[in-house]
Amino acid sequence: MKPITRLHSRTAVLADENIDTDRIIPARFLTTTTREGLGRLCFHDWRYQADGSDNPAFPLNGPEARGCSILVAGNNFGCGSSREHAPWALLDYGIQAVLCSEIADIFRGNALKNGLLAIQLDELEHRWLLRHPGIELAIDVRGQFIELPDGGRIPFTLEPFARHCLLNGVDQLGYLLQNEKLITHYEQQEQAA
Amino acid sequence: MAKTLFEKIWDAHVVAAETADTPAILYVDLHLVHEVTSPQAFSELRERGLKLRRPDRMLATLDHSTPTLPVNADGSRPYASAEAQAQVAQLESNCREFGVELHGWDSAERGIVHVIGPELGATQPGMTIVCGDSHTSTHGAFGALAFGIGTTEVGHVMATQCLLQRRPKTMAIHVDGALPAGVGAKDLILHIIGSIGVDGGTGHVLEYRGAAIEALSMDERMTVCNMSIEAGARAGLIAPDETTFEWLKGRPRVPQGPSWDAAMAQWRTLKSDDGARYDREVRIDAAAVKPTVTYGTHPGMAIAMDAPVPAATNAQERRALDYMQSKPGQPMQGTPVDVVFVGSCTNSRLSDLREAARVLHGRHIASGVRMLVVPGSEAVRRDAEREGLHHVFTAAGAEWRVPGCSMCIAMNGDLAQPGQLVVSTSNRNFEGRQGKGARTVLASPATAAASAIAGRIADPREYATQEQAA
Repeated sequence: MKPITRLHSRTAVLADENIDTDRIIPARFLTTTTREGLGRLCFHDWRYQADGSDNPAFPLNGPEARGCSILVAGNNFGCGSSREHAPWALLDYGIQAVLCSEIADIFRGNALKNGLLAIQLDELEHRWLLRHPGIELAIDVRGQFIELPDGGRIPFTLEPFARHCLLNGVDQLGYLLQNEKLITHYEQQEQAA
Repeated sequence: MAKTLFEKIWDAHVVAAETADTPAILYVDLHLVHEVTSPQAFSELRERGLKLRRPDRMLATLDHSTPTLPVNADGSRPYASAEAQAQVAQLESNCREFGVELHGWDSAERGIVHVIGPELGATQPGMTIVCGDSHTSTHGAFGALAFGIGTTEVGHVMATQCLLQRRPKTMAIHVDGALPAGVGAKDLILHIIGSIGVDGGTGHVLEYRGAAIEALSMDERMTVCNMSIEAGARAGLIAPDETTFEWLKGRPRVPQGPSWDAAMAQWRTLKSDDGARYDREVRIDAAAVKPTVTYGTHPGMAIAMDAPVPAATNAQERRALDYMQSKPGQPMQGTPVDVVFVGSCTNSRLSDLREAARVLHGRHIASGVRMLVVPGSEAVRRDAEREGLHHVFTAAGAEWRVPGCSMCIAMNGDLAQPGQLVVSTSNRNFEGRQGKGARTVLASPATAAASAIAGRIADPREYATQEQAA
């Protein structure tokens, strides 16, 4: 994973609450055996019309959302299944951060492990961001704040280990493998018990 | 110090304690695997030249992408797509290459991963159990700490048998009293999610307790724990008791003979101590639960079927009611039905099929209604056929299928058409979950069967069998 220290983009907004993983990527596309190329399927049934053309009612299809890599979403984003295809699809679609005051547990863990900044904010600031699509933000992972165009800052907290891994491009499997001795010790004790 | 059941299991599996900077390293006793969320993890291991640390602690099956129609005349399987077939073939070859026990097409024990784990006795009290599947919470019914993980974490467990985890919070759900006659575990869990909300359990492990929980059978406890994730919870737990031990005794993977007695003695300690503290506590009155269904597009939008659908309070709820064509002020009972699905890791066990068959016995489903009954495993299928339940279903006009996830996730070709209303015993009523534009109403097997007969959402208590009425 590449280190991520700062992300700069305009925001796009999907204000619905409880946007579930089936809406992020419908289950019928989960027959893939790779992680790649899922961006074209992201939000598929919301984003396209029956004839395959773009649905004008889908907020991210508008010209103002083009190129936005920060998504401000309604609460409980990513609820539902544990499919990691959801963050894979979002990243491939161009979304690199999701801002919300509450993000579903499994999705949040999956997102951060893939370098998708799943960030929880206070409700007040979240509501303000929902009402102001298209605003220029800079997300500072090191300082744990979001910078507004007027220089104002919105603080946030990331789980310290997830933040460390993002900032340093640390591979969590590598970290676990370094603890091999502890794992062996645990297994030996378990066997003796 | 007094500990909760969750704390006892957690503490026993800590390889390295969590610190301010690092999560705990948590040991995993059982890793369940299916074809959808594992291929990328196997590929990662292969690319990095890693082996499975404990293939003996893994159990794989085919369930999500598998057809539920029988083999074609030429012996081939009627897969929905070449990709689905390739995904299944990939798990078969991965299991061969890495030495994982696979309950594939030729296994008499194949089935939905959360059905076969308990059936084989692989699921045991006090264990940590994970799977790349959010309904892993099902196994909590046995007093195991069981939760869904993503594919990256599937790779972590494959290579190290461990996960990096922050300790979740705990939440007790006390269900006092007794469920009324004709009201079951599915009604109860829909009622609970409707009460605490679709995100009411976020960040927490739920422990269901109280007289109404203790009175549930193992199948019913699995139905309750299965849907913990639908309230956003990490996991759901029920303390093991005599019902649990009776159910597990003699199953292939549980300890036998003197080891069984030793295991049981240890399992008896797996309950929350008196005075143990939870981060949150909720009380539910079992006597107030009625046949419950969903009316919107997430499982928290659940009400008694005879209660009026609440008015939308925001844009998202309006969208949900529009999608479902649910009418505020009117009950869901009486809504015309197109498709009925009995199956899924929530409700595909023998007792679920019996519950549906009791209602269907000697009756026929309404004309124009399509009904699928999909057993959770080959073992469930055998047991059901031994009792003749398949004859009840087919005589009633329903389709009796081969085990699998089927229309719960609709990725194997079993799906509803746009606009069709499905009364489903599964766990998710998300938009498009059972087919693009399909409208899902979650319900119990009894409600599903009654609705199939009536052709509209119906109260199963109005379809009591003669033996029940007597």
